[in-house]
Amino acid sequence: MTKKDITCIVCPIGCKIIVKLDGTKVDLLSGNKCKRGIDYAIHEALDPRRMLTTSVLVKNGEWPLVSVKSSKPVPKESVFSILKEIKKTKVKAPVKTGQKIIKNVAGIGIDILATKSIKKTS
Amino acid sequence: MTRRDMDVAVIGGGPAGLAAAVSAKEHGAKNVVVLDRNSWLGGILPQCIHDGFGVEETGISMTGPEYADLYIEMAEKKGVTVMKETIVLRFDNSRKIIAVNKQGIHIIKTKAIVLAMGCREKTRWNAMISGTRPSGIYTAGVAQGFINLYNTMPGKNIVILGSGDVGLIMARRLKFEGANVLGVVEIFPCASGLPRNVVQCLDDYGIPLYLNHTITIIDGKERLEGVTIAQVGENLIPISGTEKRIECDTLLLSLGLIPENELSKDVGIEIDSVTGGPIINQYLETTLDGVFACGNCLQVYDTVDMLSIDAKKAGKYAAEFTTKRKINKEKVRKPYVQVRGGKGVKYVVPQRVNKEGKVHFTLRAEKPREISTIKVVSEKKTLLRKRLPWVNPANMITMDVTVPAEIVKQGQTLEVSIG
Repeated sequence: MTKKDITCIVCPIGCKIIVKLDGTKVDLLSGNKCKRGIDYAIHEALDPRRMLTTSVLVKNGEWPLVSVKSSKPVPKESVFSILKEIKKTKVKAPVKTGQKIIKNVAGIGIDILATKSIKKTS
Repeated sequence: MTRRDMDVAVIGGGPAGLAAAVSAKEHGAKNVVVLDRNSWLGGILPQCIHDGFGVEETGISMTGPEYADLYIEMAEKKGVTVMKETIVLRFDNSRKIIAVNKQGIHIIKTKAIVLAMGCREKTRWNAMISGTRPSGIYTAGVAQGFINLYNTMPGKNIVILGSGDVGLIMARRLKFEGANVLGVVEIFPCASGLPRNVVQCLDDYGIPLYLNHTITIIDGKERLEGVTIAQVGENLIPISGTEKRIECDTLLLSLGLIPENELSKDVGIEIDSVTGGPIINQYLETTLDGVFACGNCLQVYDTVDMLSIDAKKAGKYAAEFTTKRKINKEKVRKPYVQVRGGKGVKYVVPQRVNKEGKVHFTLRAEKPREISTIKVVSEKKTLLRKRLPWVNPANMITMDVTVPAEIVKQGQTLEVSIG
Protein backbone atom coordinates (compact mmCIF):
# COMPACT_ATOMS: atom_id res chain seq x y z
CA MET A 1 0.00 0.00 0.00
CA THR A 2 1.40 3.38 -1.00
CA LYS A 3 0.31 6.98 -0.75
CA LYS A 4 0.63 9.17 -3.83
CA ASP A 5 0.48 12.92 -4.39
CA ILE A 6 -1.18 13.79 -7.68
CA THR A 7 -1.51 17.27 -9.17
CA CYS A 8 -4.79 17.37 -11.07
CA ILE A 9 -4.42 18.77 -14.59
CA VAL A 10 -8.11 18.83 -15.58
CA CYS A 11 -8.46 22.59 -14.99
CA PRO A 12 -6.05 25.43 -14.22
CA ILE A 13 -6.52 25.29 -10.41
CA GLY A 14 -4.25 22.23 -10.17
CA CYS A 15 -5.52 20.60 -6.95
CA LYS A 16 -3.04 18.45 -5.03
CA ILE A 17 -4.93 15.17 -4.61
CA ILE A 18 -3.66 12.49 -2.23
CA VAL A 19 -4.59 8.89 -3.03
CA LYS A 20 -3.96 5.53 -1.36
CA LEU A 21 -2.95 2.81 -3.79
CA ASP A 22 -3.43 -0.83 -2.81
CA GLY A 23 -2.75 -3.10 -5.79
CA THR A 24 -5.45 -2.09 -8.27
CA LYS A 25 -7.61 -0.43 -5.61
CA VAL A 26 -7.42 3.36 -5.32
CA ASP A 27 -8.82 5.33 -2.41
CA LEU A 28 -9.14 9.06 -2.60
CA LEU A 29 -7.89 10.62 0.61
CA SER A 30 -8.13 14.38 0.11
CA GLY A 31 -7.43 17.43 -1.98
CA ASN A 32 -9.89 17.38 -4.89
CA LYS A 33 -12.15 20.42 -5.16
CA CYS A 34 -14.50 18.83 -7.74
CA LYS A 35 -15.73 15.50 -9.12
CA ARG A 36 -13.63 15.65 -12.26
CA GLY A 37 -10.51 15.31 -10.13
CA ILE A 38 -11.63 11.85 -8.93
CA ASP A 39 -11.47 10.27 -12.39
CA TYR A 40 -8.20 11.93 -13.18
CA ALA A 41 -6.54 10.89 -9.92
CA ILE A 42 -7.66 7.25 -10.20
CA HIS A 43 -6.45 7.01 -13.78
CA GLU A 44 -3.19 8.73 -12.97
CA ALA A 45 -2.53 6.46 -9.98
CA LEU A 46 -3.23 3.20 -11.84
CA ASP A 47 -2.07 3.78 -15.40
CA PRO A 48 -0.45 7.17 -16.07
CA ARG A 49 -0.28 7.91 -19.78
CA ARG A 50 1.04 10.80 -21.86
CA MET A 51 0.75 11.90 -25.46
CA LEU A 52 4.23 11.63 -26.94
CA THR A 53 5.47 14.20 -29.45
CA THR A 54 8.95 14.41 -30.93
CA SER A 55 10.56 14.51 -34.38
CA VAL A 56 12.05 12.09 -36.93
CA LEU A 57 14.95 12.62 -39.35
CA VAL A 58 13.98 13.20 -42.99
CA LYS A 59 16.12 12.37 -46.06
CA ASN A 60 15.99 14.75 -49.04
CA GLY A 61 13.36 16.96 -47.40
CA GLU A 62 13.04 20.73 -47.53
CA TRP A 63 13.32 20.47 -43.71
CA PRO A 64 15.69 18.05 -41.91
CA LEU A 65 12.96 16.86 -39.51
CA VAL A 66 9.31 15.92 -39.47
CA SER A 67 7.31 16.36 -36.26
CA VAL A 68 5.48 13.23 -35.03
CA LYS A 69 3.00 12.17 -32.34
CA SER A 70 1.78 8.92 -30.81
CA SER A 71 -1.62 7.82 -32.13
CA LYS A 72 -2.78 7.42 -28.50
CA PRO A 73 -1.34 8.35 -25.09
CA VAL A 74 1.51 5.99 -24.20
CA PRO A 75 2.29 4.51 -20.75
CA LYS A 76 4.52 6.93 -18.88
CA GLU A 77 7.17 4.32 -18.10
CA SER A 78 7.69 3.45 -21.78
CA VAL A 79 8.34 7.05 -22.95
CA PHE A 80 12.12 6.69 -23.15
CA SER A 81 12.14 3.25 -24.80
CA ILE A 82 9.76 4.60 -27.46
CA LEU A 83 11.95 7.67 -27.95
CA LYS A 84 14.95 5.36 -28.47
CA GLU A 85 13.16 3.53 -31.27
CA ILE A 86 12.00 6.79 -32.86
CA LYS A 87 15.58 8.12 -32.81
CA LYS A 88 16.75 5.20 -34.96
CA THR A 89 14.14 5.95 -37.61
CA LYS A 90 14.72 7.92 -40.82
CA VAL A 91 12.06 8.64 -43.45
CA LYS A 92 12.33 9.69 -47.08
CA ALA A 93 10.64 12.87 -48.27
CA PRO A 94 7.91 13.57 -49.25
CA VAL A 95 6.08 12.99 -45.96
CA LYS A 96 2.36 13.68 -45.53
CA THR A 97 0.54 14.73 -42.35
CA GLY A 98 -1.02 11.65 -40.75
CA GLN A 99 1.42 9.26 -42.46
CA LYS A 100 2.39 6.24 -40.29
CA ILE A 101 6.08 6.63 -39.55
CA ILE A 102 6.35 3.64 -37.18
CA LYS A 103 3.73 0.91 -36.86
CA ASN A 104 3.17 -0.65 -33.43
CA VAL A 105 6.04 1.18 -31.77
CA ALA A 106 7.89 -0.83 -29.05
CA GLY A 107 5.21 -3.52 -29.52
CA ILE A 108 2.57 -1.64 -27.51
CA GLY A 109 -0.04 -1.36 -30.27
CA ILE A 110 0.42 2.39 -30.78
CA ASP A 111 1.62 4.02 -34.02
CA ILE A 112 3.83 7.05 -34.58
CA LEU A 113 2.23 9.52 -37.02
CA ALA A 114 3.61 12.53 -38.89
CA THR A 115 2.05 15.85 -37.83
CA LYS A 116 3.51 17.88 -40.69
CA SER A 117 3.96 17.52 -44.45
CA ILE A 118 7.52 17.75 -45.74
CA LYS A 119 8.19 18.29 -49.45
CA LYS A 120 11.12 16.79 -51.32
CA THR A 121 13.98 19.15 -52.05
CA SER A 122 13.83 20.20 -55.66
CA MET B 1 7.92 48.10 -58.26
CA THR B 2 4.38 46.71 -58.33
CA ARG B 3 1.16 48.42 -57.37
CA ARG B 4 -2.04 46.71 -56.35
CA ASP B 5 -5.36 47.46 -54.65
CA MET B 6 -6.68 45.23 -51.91
CA ASP B 7 -9.79 45.26 -49.74
CA VAL B 8 -8.01 43.92 -46.68
CA ALA B 9 -4.29 43.46 -46.03
CA VAL B 10 -3.20 41.39 -43.04
CA ILE B 11 0.31 42.03 -41.72
CA GLY B 12 1.65 38.74 -40.33
CA GLY B 13 0.82 35.16 -41.38
CA GLY B 14 0.83 33.48 -37.98
CA PRO B 15 -2.30 32.02 -36.38
CA ALA B 16 -3.87 35.46 -35.79
CA GLY B 17 -3.22 36.72 -39.32
CA LEU B 18 -4.54 33.51 -40.91
CA ALA B 19 -7.70 33.49 -38.77
CA ALA B 20 -8.32 37.18 -39.55
CA ALA B 21 -7.76 36.67 -43.30
CA VAL B 22 -10.10 33.66 -43.48
CA SER B 23 -12.76 35.53 -41.53
CA ALA B 24 -12.40 38.70 -43.66
CA LYS B 25 -13.08 36.58 -46.77
CA GLU B 26 -16.08 34.91 -45.10
CA HIS B 27 -17.52 38.34 -44.28
CA GLY B 28 -17.43 39.74 -47.77
CA ALA B 29 -13.99 41.23 -48.36
CA LYS B 30 -13.34 40.61 -52.06
CA ASN B 31 -9.59 40.38 -52.04
CA VAL B 32 -7.47 39.72 -48.99
CA VAL B 33 -3.68 39.55 -48.85
CA VAL B 34 -1.50 38.14 -46.04
CA LEU B 35 2.05 39.47 -45.85
CA ASP B 36 4.70 37.53 -43.91
CA ARG B 37 8.45 37.91 -43.63
CA ASN B 38 9.06 34.15 -43.22
CA SER B 39 9.17 31.58 -46.02
CA TRP B 40 6.31 29.71 -44.36
CA LEU B 41 2.88 30.45 -42.90
CA GLY B 42 1.76 29.64 -39.36
CA GLY B 43 4.27 31.79 -37.50
CA ILE B 44 5.65 30.04 -34.42
CA LEU B 45 3.25 27.05 -34.67
CA PRO B 46 5.39 24.78 -36.91
CA GLN B 47 8.05 24.63 -34.18
CA CYS B 48 5.50 23.99 -31.37
CA ILE B 49 5.39 20.24 -32.00
CA HIS B 50 3.76 19.39 -28.63
CA ASP B 51 0.02 18.84 -28.46
CA GLY B 52 -2.84 20.62 -26.67
CA PHE B 53 -3.69 23.19 -29.35
CA GLY B 54 -7.31 23.64 -30.40
CA VAL B 55 -8.99 22.03 -27.36
CA GLU B 56 -11.02 25.11 -26.35
CA GLU B 57 -11.84 26.09 -29.94
CA THR B 58 -12.54 22.77 -31.67
CA GLY B 59 -12.64 20.15 -28.88
CA ILE B 60 -9.77 18.29 -30.56
CA SER B 61 -6.22 18.34 -29.24
CA MET B 62 -3.76 19.05 -32.03
CA THR B 63 -0.04 19.69 -32.33
CA GLY B 64 1.13 23.15 -33.45
CA PRO B 65 1.87 22.13 -37.07
CA GLU B 66 -1.54 20.42 -37.36
CA TYR B 67 -3.33 23.50 -36.01
CA ALA B 68 -1.43 25.75 -38.44
CA ASP B 69 -2.29 23.47 -41.39
CA LEU B 70 -5.97 23.71 -40.53
CA TYR B 71 -5.92 27.50 -41.08
CA ILE B 72 -3.46 27.41 -44.00
CA GLU B 73 -5.85 25.07 -45.85
CA MET B 74 -8.84 27.29 -45.03
CA ALA B 75 -6.98 30.35 -46.34
CA GLU B 76 -6.13 28.49 -49.56
CA LYS B 77 -9.73 27.35 -50.03
CA LYS B 78 -11.09 30.86 -49.51
CA GLY B 79 -8.64 32.28 -52.04
CA VAL B 80 -6.57 34.45 -49.71
CA THR B 81 -3.53 35.90 -51.52
CA VAL B 82 -0.27 35.13 -49.73
CA MET B 83 3.00 37.04 -50.04
CA LYS B 84 5.75 35.18 -48.17
CA GLU B 85 9.31 36.40 -47.57
CA THR B 86 7.84 39.88 -47.73
CA ILE B 87 8.51 42.50 -45.10
CA VAL B 88 6.28 45.50 -44.54
CA LEU B 89 8.44 48.61 -44.23
CA ARG B 90 5.62 50.95 -43.28
CA PHE B 91 2.07 52.03 -43.93
CA ASP B 92 0.53 55.48 -43.76
CA ASN B 93 -2.76 56.85 -42.46
CA SER B 94 -4.41 56.43 -45.87
CA ARG B 95 -3.67 52.71 -45.32
CA LYS B 96 -1.14 52.46 -48.16
CA ILE B 97 1.42 49.75 -47.43
CA ILE B 98 5.01 49.71 -48.66
CA ALA B 99 6.49 46.20 -48.59
CA VAL B 100 9.66 44.67 -49.98
CA ASN B 101 10.72 41.18 -51.09
CA LYS B 102 13.12 39.58 -53.58
CA GLN B 103 11.00 40.86 -56.49
CA GLY B 104 11.38 44.43 -55.29
CA ILE B 105 9.13 47.05 -53.76
CA HIS B 106 5.35 46.60 -53.57
CA ILE B 107 2.86 49.39 -52.99
CA ILE B 108 -0.45 48.06 -51.76
CA LYS B 109 -3.45 50.36 -51.46
CA THR B 110 -5.95 48.93 -48.98
CA LYS B 111 -9.41 49.71 -47.64
CA ALA B 112 -8.60 48.10 -44.28
CA ILE B 113 -5.53 46.72 -42.54
CA VAL B 114 -5.36 44.02 -39.86
CA LEU B 115 -2.26 44.10 -37.65
CA ALA B 116 -1.13 40.59 -36.68
CA MET B 117 2.62 40.98 -36.18
CA GLY B 118 2.78 38.80 -33.08
CA CYS B 119 5.36 39.24 -30.35
CA ARG B 120 8.98 38.56 -29.54
CA GLU B 121 10.76 37.10 -26.54
CA LYS B 122 12.33 39.07 -23.73
CA THR B 123 16.11 38.70 -23.61
CA ARG B 124 18.87 38.74 -21.02
CA TRP B 125 18.95 42.53 -21.35
CA ASN B 126 15.29 42.87 -20.34
CA ALA B 127 16.10 40.93 -17.14
CA MET B 128 19.40 42.82 -16.55
CA ILE B 129 21.47 39.76 -15.54
CA SER B 130 25.06 40.69 -14.80
CA GLY B 131 28.19 38.76 -15.76
CA THR B 132 30.17 37.95 -18.87
CA ARG B 133 28.89 37.64 -22.43
CA PRO B 134 29.68 34.08 -23.51
CA SER B 135 27.88 32.06 -26.19
CA GLY B 136 25.28 29.52 -25.09
CA ILE B 137 22.53 31.91 -23.98
CA TYR B 138 19.30 31.64 -25.97
CA THR B 139 15.68 32.56 -25.58
CA ALA B 140 13.53 29.44 -25.16
CA GLY B 141 11.70 29.98 -28.46
CA VAL B 142 14.94 30.27 -30.43
CA ALA B 143 16.19 27.02 -28.88
CA GLN B 144 12.82 25.42 -29.74
CA GLY B 145 13.29 26.40 -33.39
CA PHE B 146 16.87 25.03 -33.40
CA ILE B 147 15.75 21.64 -32.10
CA ASN B 148 12.38 21.19 -33.78
CA LEU B 149 13.00 22.78 -37.18
CA TYR B 150 16.76 22.72 -37.82
CA ASN B 151 17.87 19.55 -35.95
CA THR B 152 20.47 21.46 -33.92
CA MET B 153 20.98 20.98 -30.18
CA PRO B 154 21.78 24.22 -28.34
CA GLY B 155 23.92 22.43 -25.69
CA LYS B 156 24.26 19.57 -23.21
CA ASN B 157 23.90 20.87 -19.65
CA ILE B 158 21.03 23.27 -19.46
CA VAL B 159 19.54 25.74 -16.98
CA ILE B 160 16.25 27.49 -17.77
CA LEU B 161 15.37 30.90 -16.34
CA GLY B 162 11.65 31.62 -16.14
CA SER B 163 8.84 29.10 -15.81
CA GLY B 164 6.59 30.30 -18.61
CA ASP B 165 4.98 27.58 -20.73
CA VAL B 166 7.64 27.72 -23.45
CA GLY B 167 10.38 27.23 -20.84
CA LEU B 168 8.57 24.25 -19.28
CA ILE B 169 7.91 22.63 -22.64
CA MET B 170 11.56 23.12 -23.63
CA ALA B 171 12.71 21.42 -20.40
CA ARG B 172 10.88 18.24 -21.46
CA ARG B 173 11.92 18.55 -25.09
CA LEU B 174 15.62 18.82 -24.17
CA LYS B 175 15.30 15.84 -21.83
CA PHE B 176 13.77 13.83 -24.72
CA GLU B 177 16.76 14.74 -26.87
CA GLY B 178 19.22 13.52 -24.25
CA ALA B 179 20.32 16.79 -22.62
CA ASN B 180 20.76 17.23 -18.85
CA VAL B 181 18.20 19.75 -17.69
CA LEU B 182 19.61 20.96 -14.38
CA GLY B 183 16.66 23.07 -13.29
CA VAL B 184 14.13 25.77 -13.96
CA VAL B 185 14.64 28.99 -11.99
CA GLU B 186 11.60 31.17 -11.20
CA ILE B 187 11.72 34.47 -9.30
CA PHE B 188 8.06 34.31 -8.20
CA PRO B 189 6.63 31.93 -5.56
CA CYS B 190 4.64 29.99 -8.18
CA ALA B 191 5.29 28.78 -11.71
CA SER B 192 4.06 31.21 -14.36
CA GLY B 193 3.15 28.39 -16.78
CA LEU B 194 0.05 26.20 -16.56
CA PRO B 195 -0.02 23.57 -13.76
CA ARG B 196 -0.46 20.82 -16.37
CA ASN B 197 2.87 21.81 -17.90
CA VAL B 198 4.62 21.81 -14.52
CA VAL B 199 3.33 18.24 -13.98
CA GLN B 200 3.93 16.87 -17.47
CA CYS B 201 7.20 18.64 -18.26
CA LEU B 202 9.05 18.91 -14.92
CA ASP B 203 7.56 16.54 -12.30
CA ASP B 204 7.36 13.61 -14.74
CA TYR B 205 11.12 13.77 -15.33
CA GLY B 206 12.30 14.92 -11.91
CA ILE B 207 13.48 18.32 -13.18
CA PRO B 208 13.91 20.68 -10.19
CA LEU B 209 11.93 23.93 -10.07
CA TYR B 210 13.67 26.62 -8.00
CA LEU B 211 10.87 28.96 -6.89
CA ASN B 212 11.73 32.34 -5.31
CA HIS B 213 15.11 32.15 -7.06
CA THR B 214 16.84 34.12 -9.77
CA ILE B 215 20.13 34.12 -11.64
CA THR B 216 22.55 36.73 -10.32
CA ILE B 217 25.71 36.06 -12.33
CA ILE B 218 26.52 34.51 -15.71
CA ASP B 219 30.11 33.27 -16.07
CA GLY B 220 32.26 31.84 -18.86
CA LYS B 221 34.73 33.22 -21.37
CA GLU B 222 33.99 31.90 -24.86
CA ARG B 223 31.19 29.51 -23.91
CA LEU B 224 28.91 29.70 -20.88
CA GLU B 225 30.51 27.85 -17.94
CA GLY B 226 28.02 28.40 -15.14
CA VAL B 227 25.31 30.50 -13.58
CA THR B 228 24.92 31.60 -9.97
CA ILE B 229 21.41 31.35 -8.58
CA ALA B 230 20.20 32.97 -5.36
CA GLN B 231 17.02 32.98 -3.33
CA VAL B 232 15.02 36.22 -3.42
CA GLY B 233 13.04 37.93 -0.68
CA GLU B 234 9.46 39.14 -0.97
CA ASN B 235 10.81 42.30 -2.65
CA LEU B 236 12.34 40.01 -5.33
CA ILE B 237 15.85 41.14 -4.34
CA PRO B 238 18.48 38.35 -3.99
CA ILE B 239 19.30 37.39 -0.38
CA SER B 240 23.06 37.44 0.16
CA GLY B 241 24.51 34.19 1.44
CA THR B 242 22.03 32.03 -0.53
CA GLU B 243 24.07 32.00 -3.75
CA LYS B 244 24.80 28.66 -5.40
CA ARG B 245 26.71 28.10 -8.64
CA ILE B 246 25.41 25.63 -11.20
CA GLU B 247 27.86 24.44 -13.84
CA CYS B 248 26.20 24.50 -17.26
CA ASP B 249 26.97 25.23 -20.93
CA THR B 250 23.56 26.57 -21.94
CA LEU B 251 21.05 28.99 -20.47
CA LEU B 252 17.55 29.29 -21.89
CA LEU B 253 15.46 32.34 -21.10
CA SER B 254 11.68 32.10 -20.79
CA LEU B 255 10.96 35.55 -19.44
CA GLY B 256 7.79 36.53 -21.25
CA LEU B 257 6.80 38.14 -24.51
CA ILE B 258 6.67 41.68 -25.90
CA PRO B 259 4.06 42.61 -28.55
CA GLU B 260 5.74 43.75 -31.76
CA ASN B 261 4.39 47.16 -32.73
CA GLU B 262 7.12 49.12 -34.50
CA LEU B 263 4.84 49.54 -37.54
CA SER B 264 1.93 50.65 -35.35
CA LYS B 265 4.04 53.20 -33.49
CA ASP B 266 5.59 54.59 -36.71
CA VAL B 267 2.17 55.57 -38.05
CA GLY B 268 1.09 57.08 -34.71
CA ILE B 269 -1.29 54.41 -33.42
CA GLU B 270 -1.75 54.82 -29.65
CA ILE B 271 -0.26 52.00 -27.58
CA ASP B 272 -1.46 50.79 -24.16
CA SER B 273 1.55 50.95 -21.85
CA VAL B 274 0.44 47.85 -19.90
CA THR B 275 -0.49 45.45 -22.73
CA GLY B 276 2.17 46.79 -25.09
CA GLY B 277 -0.43 46.55 -27.86
CA PRO B 278 -2.59 49.12 -29.67
CA ILE B 279 -5.52 50.74 -27.83
CA ILE B 280 -8.66 49.37 -29.49
CA ASN B 281 -12.43 49.77 -29.41
CA GLN B 282 -15.10 47.06 -29.38
CA TYR B 283 -14.52 46.49 -33.14
CA LEU B 284 -10.83 45.73 -32.43
CA GLU B 285 -10.14 48.92 -34.37
CA THR B 286 -7.05 50.89 -33.35
CA THR B 287 -6.92 54.67 -32.96
CA LEU B 288 -6.33 54.87 -36.72
CA ASP B 289 -9.47 54.53 -38.90
CA GLY B 290 -9.74 51.21 -40.71
CA VAL B 291 -6.72 49.66 -38.97
CA PHE B 292 -7.60 46.68 -36.77
CA ALA B 293 -5.41 44.65 -34.40
CA CYS B 294 -5.43 41.04 -33.22
CA GLY B 295 -3.26 38.26 -31.87
CA ASN B 296 -0.19 38.65 -29.72
CA CYS B 297 0.63 42.12 -31.08
CA LEU B 298 -2.61 43.27 -29.40
CA GLN B 299 -2.10 41.44 -26.10
CA VAL B 300 -0.19 38.28 -25.24
CA TYR B 301 -2.72 35.42 -25.15
CA ASP B 302 -2.57 32.24 -23.01
CA THR B 303 -3.66 29.90 -25.79
CA VAL B 304 -3.88 30.03 -29.56
CA ASP B 305 -7.56 29.04 -29.27
CA MET B 306 -8.61 32.27 -27.58
CA LEU B 307 -6.33 34.21 -29.91
CA SER B 308 -7.95 32.80 -33.06
CA ILE B 309 -11.47 33.41 -31.80
CA ASP B 310 -10.68 37.13 -31.28
CA ALA B 311 -8.65 37.39 -34.52
CA LYS B 312 -11.68 36.17 -36.49
CA LYS B 313 -13.63 39.13 -35.10
CA ALA B 314 -10.90 41.54 -36.24
CA GLY B 315 -11.13 40.02 -39.75
CA LYS B 316 -14.91 40.34 -39.73
CA TYR B 317 -14.90 44.00 -38.67
CA ALA B 318 -12.18 44.80 -41.20
CA ALA B 319 -14.33 43.23 -43.96
CA GLU B 320 -17.39 45.16 -42.78
CA PHE B 321 -15.37 48.36 -42.82
CA THR B 322 -14.79 47.80 -46.54
CA THR B 323 -18.39 46.86 -47.40
CA LYS B 324 -20.64 48.77 -45.02
CA ARG B 325 -19.01 52.17 -45.17
CA LYS B 326 -22.21 53.86 -43.97
CA ILE B 327 -22.17 52.12 -40.60
CA ASN B 328 -18.65 53.18 -40.04
CA LYS B 329 -19.30 56.79 -40.97
CA GLU B 330 -22.04 56.88 -38.34
CA LYS B 331 -19.57 55.58 -35.84
CA VAL B 332 -18.80 58.48 -33.56
CA ARG B 333 -15.20 58.60 -32.44
CA LYS B 334 -15.95 60.99 -29.58
CA PRO B 335 -17.33 60.78 -27.02
CA TYR B 336 -16.29 57.28 -26.16
CA VAL B 337 -16.29 55.23 -23.00
CA GLN B 338 -12.86 54.89 -21.47
CA VAL B 339 -12.43 51.43 -19.88
CA ARG B 340 -10.02 51.25 -16.97
CA GLY B 341 -8.54 48.42 -14.93
CA GLY B 342 -9.27 49.18 -11.27
CA LYS B 343 -8.31 47.37 -8.08
CA GLY B 344 -6.83 43.90 -8.68
CA VAL B 345 -6.89 44.27 -12.48
CA LYS B 346 -3.72 44.52 -14.57
CA TYR B 347 -5.41 45.52 -17.83
CA VAL B 348 -8.67 45.39 -19.80
CA VAL B 349 -9.12 45.12 -23.60
CA PRO B 350 -10.86 46.85 -25.41
CA GLN B 351 -9.85 50.10 -23.75
CA ARG B 352 -12.56 52.15 -25.50
CA VAL B 353 -16.22 51.65 -26.38
CA ASN B 354 -18.01 54.00 -28.77
CA LYS B 355 -21.30 52.19 -29.43
CA GLU B 356 -23.91 50.79 -27.05
CA GLY B 357 -24.58 47.05 -26.89
CA LYS B 358 -22.86 43.87 -25.84
CA VAL B 359 -19.08 44.17 -25.62
CA HIS B 360 -16.67 41.27 -25.19
CA PHE B 361 -13.85 42.10 -22.76
CA THR B 362 -10.63 40.25 -21.98
CA LEU B 363 -8.63 41.09 -18.87
CA ARG B 364 -5.92 39.89 -16.55
CA ALA B 365 -5.82 39.91 -12.74
CA GLU B 366 -2.88 41.38 -10.85
CA LYS B 367 -2.32 38.39 -8.53
CA PRO B 368 -3.69 34.91 -7.78
CA ARG B 369 -6.80 34.83 -5.56
CA GLU B 370 -9.34 32.32 -4.27
CA ILE B 371 -13.10 33.04 -4.62
CA SER B 372 -13.42 36.61 -5.91
CA THR B 373 -15.97 39.03 -7.32
CA ILE B 374 -15.47 40.85 -10.58
CA LYS B 375 -17.29 44.18 -10.90
CA VAL B 376 -17.85 46.54 -13.81
CA VAL B 377 -19.06 49.99 -12.72
CA SER B 378 -19.78 53.18 -14.61
CA GLU B 379 -19.80 56.57 -12.93
CA LYS B 380 -23.36 55.94 -11.76
CA LYS B 381 -24.22 52.25 -11.78
CA THR B 382 -22.95 48.69 -11.63
CA LEU B 383 -23.16 46.97 -15.01
CA LEU B 384 -21.87 43.55 -13.96
CA ARG B 385 -21.09 41.67 -10.78
CA LYS B 386 -19.90 38.09 -11.09
CA ARG B 387 -18.35 35.55 -8.74
CA LEU B 388 -15.22 33.70 -9.84
CA PRO B 389 -14.14 30.46 -8.11
CA TRP B 390 -10.45 31.38 -8.56
CA VAL B 391 -8.32 33.98 -10.26
CA ASN B 392 -4.81 33.63 -11.69
CA PRO B 393 -2.83 36.19 -13.72
CA ALA B 394 -1.68 33.29 -15.97
CA ASN B 395 -5.31 32.75 -17.03
CA MET B 396 -6.97 35.49 -19.03
CA ILE B 397 -10.53 36.33 -17.92
CA THR B 398 -13.26 36.96 -20.50
CA MET B 399 -16.71 38.52 -20.00
CA ASP B 400 -19.55 40.09 -21.96
CA VAL B 401 -20.97 43.36 -20.70
CA THR B 402 -23.95 45.26 -22.09
CA VAL B 403 -23.04 48.93 -22.30
CA PRO B 404 -26.13 51.23 -22.26
CA ALA B 405 -26.49 54.09 -24.76
CA GLU B 406 -26.48 56.89 -22.16
CA ILE B 407 -23.09 55.83 -20.83
CA VAL B 408 -21.65 56.07 -24.35
CA LYS B 409 -23.40 59.37 -25.11
CA GLN B 410 -22.06 60.96 -21.96
CA GLY B 411 -18.58 59.49 -22.51
CA GLN B 412 -18.48 58.01 -19.03
CA THR B 413 -15.70 55.87 -17.62
CA LEU B 414 -16.04 52.15 -16.93
CA GLU B 415 -13.95 50.61 -14.21
CA VAL B 416 -13.32 46.87 -13.89
CA SER B 417 -12.15 45.57 -10.51
CA ILE B 418 -11.56 42.23 -8.81
CA GLY B 419 -11.96 41.94 -5.05
